[in-house]
Amino acid sequence: MTAPSVPGMSRNLQARHRTERLASALLWAVGALLLLVLAWFLYYILSRGLPALDWSFITARPKAMDAGGGVGPELFNTFYLTFLSLLFSLPVGLGAGIYLAEYARPGRLTHLLRLSVETLASVPSIVFGLFGLIVFVNTIGASFNILSGALTLSLLNLPVLVRVTEEAIRAVPASYREGSLALGATRWQTTLHVVLPAAMQSIITGVSLVAGRAVGETALLIYTAGLTVSRYAPDFSPFAGGETLAVRIWYVKSVALLPDADRIASGASALLLIVVLVFNVLAVLPLVLRQWRDRRLAR
Amino acid sequence: MSLTRITDRLMFVLLWTSAVLVAVVIAAIILFVGKEGVTTFRTASLASVLLSPRWAPPQSFGILIFFLGSLAVTVLAMVIAVPVGLAGSIFLAKLAPEWMRVLMRPAINLFVGIPSVVYGYVGMTVLVPLARQVSGSVGFGLGVAGIILAVMVLPTITTVSEDAIRSVPTALVEGSLALGATRWETISRVILPAARPGILASIILAFARAFGETTAVQMVVGNAPIFPRNLFEPTSTLTSEIIQEMGQTAPGTTWYFSLFLMAFGLLLTSLVAILVVRYVARRGVAA
Repeated sequence: MTAPSVPGMSRNLQARHRTERLASALLWAVGALLLLVLAWFLYYILSRGLPALDWSFITARPKAMDAGGGVGPELFNTFYLTFLSLLFSLPVGLGAGIYLAEYARPGRLTHLLRLSVETLASVPSIVFGLFGLIVFVNTIGASFNILSGALTLSLLNLPVLVRVTEEAIRAVPASYREGSLALGATRWQTTLHVVLPAAMQSIITGVSLVAGRAVGETALLIYTAGLTVSRYAPDFSPFAGGETLAVRIWYVKSVALLPDADRIASGASALLLIVVLVFNVLAVLPLVLRQWRDRRLAR
Repeated sequence: MSLTRITDRLMFVLLWTSAVLVAVVIAAIILFVGKEGVTTFRTASLASVLLSPRWAPPQSFGILIFFLGSLAVTVLAMVIAVPVGLAGSIFLAKLAPEWMRVLMRPAINLFVGIPSVVYGYVGMTVLVPLARQVSGSVGFGLGVAGIILAVMVLPTITTVSEDAIRSVPTALVEGSLALGATRWETISRVILPAARPGILASIILAFARAFGETTAVQMVVGNAPIFPRNLFEPTSTLTSEIIQEMGQTAPGTTWYFSLFLMAFGLLLTSLVAILVVRYVARRGVAA
């Protein structure tokens, strides 16, 4: 060990340690910054929006020109559209995910399918919107409607559902399948009664995340579900206008000239954020419950 | 054949059909949007649409300016988001204590969960007035759009890069530490180079996301078809222009088709991004 006795080396070592400390400090600062920005975002949106949230705001109809309108139909449409889009996309998304995880053999078709899922996941939402406009809106009816919006939205959900399902199913240990197959069950019986139940918690988490994303979607819905709401509330007709909360925020802030646009936008933002938060909590709930149960069983 | 066997076969066919349906959907999107977009060239020449910087419908349909606008906004967002996001991923993977990690995971998921229109709204009510004060301009413009987009794509960079950093073999890290390298030297000279493919992938994915982001950008970018000369000048992007004008154009006009051409451009960009990510990822850790 001659190194420390060379004066140049020890100064070099000091410099290296300074760099080390500096780098650590910077990385910590960035980590703290990320948390601070998020905390500020949540605080800003909720502190501005919560005062606007009262019963009449949440239930009343929107007004076209005057102040004092609510977002009742928009809130209903937000959930209705999300529900319908999941209704359309869940069977296909689950099916494709199961196929890719359990049945697909490496080859050209599987390669193409995986590429399709990845590509679909990266399509900008406005492109989905234009596609929905020419394919769904133009075939279903003359004007924008809930059904067109939900069908288009289901295309956006699809790739995430496929990926989530595939990952959840792949995480199920092979021994489960082998046990079931050894007992004489068919492939499908094994999938339905053994693999899917084991993967269900992860799939539910994924579906909650998909729903959380769907409720906040805007660009895709403007030219499919449209900027109007039905005269009746709640209106379950899939052919009614389907303006959602997110689209309403966009509309009042960048198109309409309402005297109380800021009140509506801030109130609706807070409401939307709360809905997203709920879906995020729902997403981690199965995991938390499982951990809690495991811990109790371990005791 | 028994009923269980028939069900088994039938379910296989159904599952296979669902998977193929996903491929049919993406093919249909490319085909339909592409077909409408290419129709632009029936009434307007290729050069006048793709190369002219002048957007003045119904006389001139140069979409180049929107492409440049999208590029400017996205590049600015990446300049901000890449260093911060990468630092965040290193922090999460190598430095953060357990309690910090527990706090940051859901926080980053929430960043993704906040709807883009809410980002746009915050940009409009906080950053635009701030930019107006600082510069004396209208406030709407390149700078605010870049910052908002940067916040929106940060989680993509952080989460994907963190995975890449975590998957660097422990042997490499321990080898470096055993040779007397400090933690930072190990990170900068061993871990980051080894994780490069994953980090690159995260950057490309974030780029694609920023390029295709619509609502938030449209709300703060100012929507003027000019190329910004500084951070405080308004501009317009492919996405913002589509959302802005789709409602005002009559179907079947060159104007209408040119908006679809912009959407087709967006689609092709994201397609190229995915192919590049695949190529980068396949080169593996050794590169």
